[in-house]
Amino acid sequence: MPAETKPPDGAAEMAATSRSRRPRGTIVLKPERCKGCGFCIAFCPPRVLAFSAGFNALGYHPPELIRPEGCTGCDLCGLYCPDFAIYGIMLKDSAAQLADAVRGEETA
Amino acid sequence: MKADPRGVLSGVHFLDGDQACAEGALAAGCRFAAGYPITPSTEIVERFAQRVPLLGGMFLQMEDELAASIAIQGAVWAGAKAFTVTSGPGFSLMMEHIGYAAMTETPCVIVDVQRGGPSTGLPTLPAQADMQQARWGSHGDYELIALAPNSPQECFDLTIEAFNLAERYRTPVLLMMDEIVGHMTERVEIPPAEQIELVPRRYTTKPPAEYQPFAPEADLVPAMVRAGQGYRFHITGLTHDERGYPTTSVAAHDRLVRRLVAKIRNHAAQLTRVEEHFLEDAEVIVLAYGITSRVALRAVQMARARGIAAGLLRPILIWPFLEARLRQLARRPGLSGILVAEINLGQIVREVERCVGAQVPVQLAGHAGGSVHHPQELFEAIVQMAHAVEIER
Amino acid sequence: MSTQQSLPPNPVETLLRTDRMPHIWCPGCGIGTTMNCFARALQQARLDLDKVVIVSGIGCTGRVAGYAHLDSFHTTHGRAIPFATGLKLANPELTVVVYSGDGDLIAIGGNHFIHAARRNVDLKVICVNNFIYGMTGGQVGPTTPATALTSTTPYGCPEQPFNLPHLAESAGAVYVARWTAYHVRQITHSMVEMFRKSGFCFLEILSPCPTLYQRRNRLGDGLEAMKYYKEASVTRHGAPTKEVALSFQGPIVVGKFVDVERPTYLELLNQQLARALEAQYTGCIEEHVRG
Repeated sequence: MPAETKPPDGAAEMAATSRSRRPRGTIVLKPERCKGCGFCIAFCPPRVLAFSAGFNALGYHPPELIRPEGCTGCDLCGLYCPDFAIYGIMLKDSAAQLADAVRGEETA
Repeated sequence: MKADPRGVLSGVHFLDGDQACAEGALAAGCRFAAGYPITPSTEIVERFAQRVPLLGGMFLQMEDELAASIAIQGAVWAGAKAFTVTSGPGFSLMMEHIGYAAMTETPCVIVDVQRGGPSTGLPTLPAQADMQQARWGSHGDYELIALAPNSPQECFDLTIEAFNLAERYRTPVLLMMDEIVGHMTERVEIPPAEQIELVPRRYTTKPPAEYQPFAPEADLVPAMVRAGQGYRFHITGLTHDERGYPTTSVAAHDRLVRRLVAKIRNHAAQLTRVEEHFLEDAEVIVLAYGITSRVALRAVQMARARGIAAGLLRPILIWPFLEARLRQLARRPGLSGILVAEINLGQIVREVERCVGAQVPVQLAGHAGGSVHHPQELFEAIVQMAHAVEIER
Repeated sequence: MSTQQSLPPNPVETLLRTDRMPHIWCPGCGIGTTMNCFARALQQARLDLDKVVIVSGIGCTGRVAGYAHLDSFHTTHGRAIPFATGLKLANPELTVVVYSGDGDLIAIGGNHFIHAARRNVDLKVICVNNFIYGMTGGQVGPTTPATALTSTTPYGCPEQPFNLPHLAESAGAVYVARWTAYHVRQITHSMVEMFRKSGFCFLEILSPCPTLYQRRNRLGDGLEAMKYYKEASVTRHGAPTKEVALSFQGPIVVGKFVDVERPTYLELLNQQLARALEAQYTGCIEEHVRG
């Protein structure tokens, strides 16, 4: 398994620019389905995902959102994920808070 | 349900067995056929292709028999009644899809106009050597239904019967014709549509949320659906559970395969279709089917004329085998033996031996194909079995 | 739970038989990725999903039908296309998608593939090409690149593979595109185009088989394959299909190569019969036939 748990180069700058804003999107996870292929992490345009330290029941490290503020909700992770374990949603301002709550539930 | 009069060519006709089979399919409401040309079956689809466009249906000539035998199953799941026809080598190619139809409980009809084999064999000449292939040709355990007509009239009647049985039991049904029956021209009477009873497809009445594609009804046959109705059902040739989902559970496999077999076997008594001549006092029973039964009847009559109590037992429905009736006959005192006449080197005779065991001698009068028996040949075999009279040459 | 319900769901979820998850595909296999695209394309094309039928053959990609919450048929090996042909012709209202692998569609099913394309049967054929027989343990197939190692070419594949877009076009397909599992948005777009088009449409999707193809050829895991696809792919819409053959780890020409109009089999059949039979002809496979 690729051990690419750190955000790739350039991510820090992107994070800095987006930190001032509310997140435009977020991800929803079904961590129990993840098989750890890393597609979502490698091909996330703002590079906001990384492998988590924990294991799921299948023995894989599901991804986690390491920079929530950078997520655009573009759903490329959802398109790439061969295990239907993650997808992205765009947030309307009013929905951001709600999404935070949900994200907490889903990734817990 | 009565036949659609538009498909029924009511009246008296002079047809060969192949043409009569095509008319039977149309009368049965079949509006989709797929096939690949092969002698001596091709005339069936030639006639069907000419007639069916006028009845709102189609014939599709496929690239091979593999394609033909699965295209009809696609059409069935779209809601059509469908059949394919073939012979010898084509029948061999269709074996996998007979198994698929058995496993997925797809009602369909496959006609095999038997010719001499193995391999390309005798394309234009008759045989009855696909009879065990019909029963066991696809891999795995399964049951199906096979009928054997002995005249153009029966090619018409039994084709309708084949479609009806396919719907009734959700199973592939084989019509085991032979080259002579297929190419023999005789009087065929096609009744008025209102006298032709058809078995409608057993569609479920349950809503999608409650429907399970392979949950059987009381007679072990599950109700069906067709594509495009919102049931979102799954059909697979893999071992599946009642939902239709694949499973490798040994218990689920056992449950499924036992049910597929039992839904036919349990109804074997109702399925028996037989013609009997002079069996009341017969000391020699000739068992023959298809074209051979006609020669055998002549031989039986010749024997009777010479004072030998011969009788004819003709199974019209070959699979499942008429086991109960045969056992009953074999128990009769005074029976010297059963002579099985068939155009092969011993196929149905094995089934007869299995059924009657050591109770009564069983003998084969067979040959490798290319012609029918001569009545004299069967007569002599009867005489030999009866140990009765001098052979008059 | 109420908060979850107010979130937009994963588009693929409505297409999945969720009670069958997790699926059997290996980590890093691209078949699931293509299903995401399929789900989104079905939504974008606004198809009535009750009228969409998916037909698969046998193999890893053959399992797609079993996971898709549509009327779905897992048929015999190689015969998805003739099954789908019967289904489509007997009920032309249905959108019939054939979703299967390269071995199933092109080796054992190759004859059906070319003939359905020739007839221009209105089928949407999606071929996930992983260059190998996955389900049976990594044997050589009709798309295995020359020199590649497989379990039955342990010294390297001596054969020339099929160039699938060229084969499809030559046989008569009206729509031919190729993408890789990396090109998720393009795949989705091509699928939408196929759903909106009549006739024999063919989409080839190159996809990783990390367990067998990648590993035996020391090409890394699924992610490595995806990175190779990203780097090696060149988009050339309209490229002559003759020029898009693949080689072992060579450049990959992707894009939409063919998008032409040609009457479908059913249109031609109807025309021909109407011409020959005139008023006697009332159309093929009328509603009453479908019971």
